[in-house]
Amino acid sequence: MRIEQHPILSFDRGEKVTFVFNGRPVEGYTNETIAAALHAAGIRTLSHSPELDRPRGLFCAIGNCSSCRMTVDGEPNVRICVTKVREGMTVEEQSGKGVVKP
Amino acid sequence: MIRDIDLMIVGGGPAGLMAALAAAEAAPEGAKILLCERDEALGGQLVKQTHKFFGSEKQHAGERGIFIGRGLSDAVHAEAKIEVMTDATVLGLYEDGIVTVLNDDKHLKFRPRKLIVATGASEKFLAFPGNDLPGIYGAGAVQTLMNVSGVKPAERVVMVGAGNIGLIVSYQLLQAGVDVACVVEAAPKIGGYLVHASKLARSGVPIRTGWTVKEAFGDQELEGVVLIRLDENFQPIEGTEETVYCDTLCLAVGLSPLAELLYQADCAMTYVRELSGAVPVVDEDLMTSVSGIYVCGDVSGIEEASSAMVEGRLAGFAAAKALGWNADLAQAEIEKAREELNELRSGPTGARIRAGIAKVQERREGSC
Amino acid sequence: MLSQNGIPTAEDLQQVMPSEERLNKGPVAIAECFQCIPCNPCSTACPVHAITVQPDINQTPVIDWDRCIGCRQCVAACPGLAIFVVDMAYRPDMATVTIPFEFLPVPEKGMKAQGLSRAGAPLGWFEVVEARQARGNNLTWLVTLAVPKDLAMEVRNIKAGGYRNE
Repeated sequence: MRIEQHPILSFDRGEKVTFVFNGRPVEGYTNETIAAALHAAGIRTLSHSPELDRPRGLFCAIGNCSSCRMTVDGEPNVRICVTKVREGMTVEEQSGKGVVKP
Repeated sequence: MIRDIDLMIVGGGPAGLMAALAAAEAAPEGAKILLCERDEALGGQLVKQTHKFFGSEKQHAGERGIFIGRGLSDAVHAEAKIEVMTDATVLGLYEDGIVTVLNDDKHLKFRPRKLIVATGASEKFLAFPGNDLPGIYGAGAVQTLMNVSGVKPAERVVMVGAGNIGLIVSYQLLQAGVDVACVVEAAPKIGGYLVHASKLARSGVPIRTGWTVKEAFGDQELEGVVLIRLDENFQPIEGTEETVYCDTLCLAVGLSPLAELLYQADCAMTYVRELSGAVPVVDEDLMTSVSGIYVCGDVSGIEEASSAMVEGRLAGFAAAKALGWNADLAQAEIEKAREELNELRSGPTGARIRAGIAKVQERREGSC
Repeated sequence: MLSQNGIPTAEDLQQVMPSEERLNKGPVAIAECFQCIPCNPCSTACPVHAITVQPDINQTPVIDWDRCIGCRQCVAACPGLAIFVVDMAYRPDMATVTIPFEFLPVPEKGMKAQGLSRAGAPLGWFEVVEARQARGNNLTWLVTLAVPKDLAMEVRNIKAGGYRNE
């Protein structure tokens, strides 16, 4: 959910775009990070731990901790908390350390 | 290609912005000052501080952090002597004085005569069963989602930590329409400013000192937490467990200095509890043990943003003085900044910082 | 206790209260600021120099209530939202309390708003006699409620969204 009115802030979200998260379309705005757009859509499980397969979300949202790494347009280990949404981009849960495509 | 510059500043938060402006004030025409910021915009964590800052007029007291950040960012962009590079992550400091930067997928090399590291801090984590569930965040992360992106990050939150960050973010959650179930604090007393605590109390948010999180539970995502009371030795008291249902748990349990670059440069570091982690051993000009490398803000010890701004000015003028830029002005401004820092730290809430800084000084003298 | 739950005690409050005589004369600022923190915007905001934070910015404010004109500049300026203006001379049986408010929506003049105590407990529905935004880029609203005199020292917040037209 997005905040519609705020006592202190106004939000310049940019243009509305659609991107693909694990095969399904999600709406976001060009000034939002992928993490923000996913959270606005109620999605906060971003990956699963490599050994115990436990669900994982983000922790810091400012690019420090790497808890939010996903595969974006085929590139693994993208910190989605500091990567902006673009029209048509694909965002996928990555397995393990991810695979760099040749 | 290696670019030679006079001064590089790493980090565009309150400390780095002030350092850049200070150095530019003393710099002659043609001086080359480069400010590198890893984010796409300047401001650091000021961009999400919707509350009014404390301090005096000299530190913009009474203004909201977000507007202070915009003002400083605009001033830096408007200053011809400062080149701003955003989306620029400083990767390495090398023995021969080369600094490498990742910018726009390019690997750039610089050779600055002086360097100011203002990299800030990262949020600490807390160990308890279930702490890896989605829905458990740093308080600053929730603040970013809410105040930078305008996303309602939760429906119902339990906040861990009644320091300033925990108290402030709890209030900001209320402002975004989120229910805050309670603030739990392991210590027997509230650590943050009591005026922030009173704002929460009169909004009906209970602050529970002497409590902590025993465990978090949920099938795939967080569904609730079990709280437990602590005795005076911070040991859990069996039988006092209480379940609180919530979709989000925020950890506001302190910050750690982001000092990786200083380790790379082989700056002498020392662990000081009062400064919340390993900090560089600095002299009165905020210069580290490596000549020409200065620090300011949270990387030199966790403190309020108002102090970070003044430290930024001190480090900026100190680097300018070392570069031979307008030594009289620089020296006068250094002294003013020291006085301001002393004033900000002189009260009871500054006792911890004073003790921490005294330890750093002792270790510096011990190593000489 | 304030340092444990954020709620000031009667003893805390006694230290910052004007005399009954002064209260009965008209609007006056009360700074519910009990901790020495480095902060002084209340003092610089006061147009009649009634508030001092001395000898350094780590002291709590001292208000000269004979000088204070109850203008509410300090209410808007205080970063801790800890200053309130109380007017015991509003009406024979009613007082007003001005509260710094930073939630949306803001209650409008003429509405009834739910008043809360320092512990967040509801104390009743009170008429909003004024709601105005502080000057400049401050964004804090100053909302004034008319309350029975015996609640003038109790009502310190408004429930966000707790308003109704009557």
